[in-house]
Amino acid sequence: MRSDKEKCMYCGACVGSCPKNAIYLEETRVVFDEERCVKCRICVRVCPVGAISE
Amino acid sequence: MKEINCDVLVVGAGPAGSVTAWYAAKAGANVLLVEKRQEIGSPVRCGEGLSKYWLKDVGIPEDRRWIANEVDGARIFSPSGKVWEINEKDAGNEVGYVIERDQFDKALAELAARAGAEIMLKTWVKGIIKRDGYIRGAVARHMGDDLKINAKIVVGADGYESQVGRWAGIDTSLKPNDIDSCIQYRMTGIDCDRRYCDFYLGSCAPGGYIWVFPKNEDTANVGIGVQLSKLKNPGEVKHYLDRWIDKQPGIRKGKKIDMVAGAVSISQPLEKTVDNGLMLVGDAARMIDPITGGGVSNGCKAAKVCGEVAGEAIAAGDYSAEFLQKYEKGWRALLEEKQYRNWLAKEKLVTLSDKVFDDLLELLSGTKLERLNVLNMLNAVREKYPEIVKEFEDFL
Repeated sequence: MRSDKEKCMYCGACVGSCPKNAIYLEETRVVFDEERCVKCRICVRVCPVGAISE
Repeated sequence: MKEINCDVLVVGAGPAGSVTAWYAAKAGANVLLVEKRQEIGSPVRCGEGLSKYWLKDVGIPEDRRWIANEVDGARIFSPSGKVWEINEKDAGNEVGYVIERDQFDKALAELAARAGAEIMLKTWVKGIIKRDGYIRGAVARHMGDDLKINAKIVVGADGYESQVGRWAGIDTSLKPNDIDSCIQYRMTGIDCDRRYCDFYLGSCAPGGYIWVFPKNEDTANVGIGVQLSKLKNPGEVKHYLDRWIDKQPGIRKGKKIDMVAGAVSISQPLEKTVDNGLMLVGDAARMIDPITGGGVSNGCKAAKVCGEVAGEAIAAGDYSAEFLQKYEKGWRALLEEKQYRNWLAKEKLVTLSDKVFDDLLELLSGTKLERLNVLNMLNAVREKYPEIVKEFEDFL
């Protein structure tokens, strides 16, 4: 998964919604832990501005 | 690595974190409140509607700095435009505020600071320290340096995206039906009535609602929450709001001066919020009201208990989960029944069609409510539409 830096508002919606705790926020970027990610796409759907894609 | 010692480490300087730090410091504990951002309260992530009745209970002084507008009541709109107007002022009741959340958060942090809490900004907690079955502090980054914070109690007040609870092994994960994705614009140059907070129900915001909370005569927060289980495509929640605004001539003509995104939990209460040396509070503890999506009042009410119990635990030298049960019991006594009832009500309300919302609000439009709260509204619904509340009427 990846987050588009130009759309991301760093709101944490993806972080708190990830059932596998595979996303965390750094100061200026969203980091995906690909080993934990199960590609459930919850982060894609919850992102209010559509910044996350596969 | 630089080391700091404190009695109570509070992670996150939102309302719940600051109120916890305030009450723990008042009780004599040596408190450190850490905030990852450089400015407390900013950027705002909130609709900024706040009820008023609970402020006294928590001891928060009302302050013109954070009150943008005092409203008389609320208006609830059905899909076809039926309105249920609830005017609390005419009923002689206290009313609600539209607030400046950044100022509100700073005012609460000031209360914590005046009580003696230390505050560190730009401090990112990266993990917790566990030893002998107890949480004993956290590791953090502060201005480019690693930092070890030794604490007797760690309080996770780190919001919706909370990590502290997960690191400690507490299950805070949410199901898609218990999450609302939200987006809001502050719009100026619009037609709005500053006497009312407005709510729009139905398919304009599946499983949630659209709100218009007026900051003054021509500026309001215009936002939306949609249940995650109703969302399929990227950016869909924003499209819902944009589409709705496009159909409102009085709002469409305005200009956007701020944009806020985020998510809220609309879940049942967590099963567990304490462990040895650990407490969770506020959004991190999933304390948001599942009907309104509001979390400030619940978070602050629980935080007062959290801070008091932290202070007592430090004085007693006992940081065990057994001792901290006093917090678990205390916040549940204040919030749990209502949260569970509203969760049941939410599970029902998200299934209603536009037609039912129209019929319901048509029926309710003549109903006077003494005080605007979800319980009174559900009781009014029960009188006229008993089948909607049948499954949880024991809780009314």
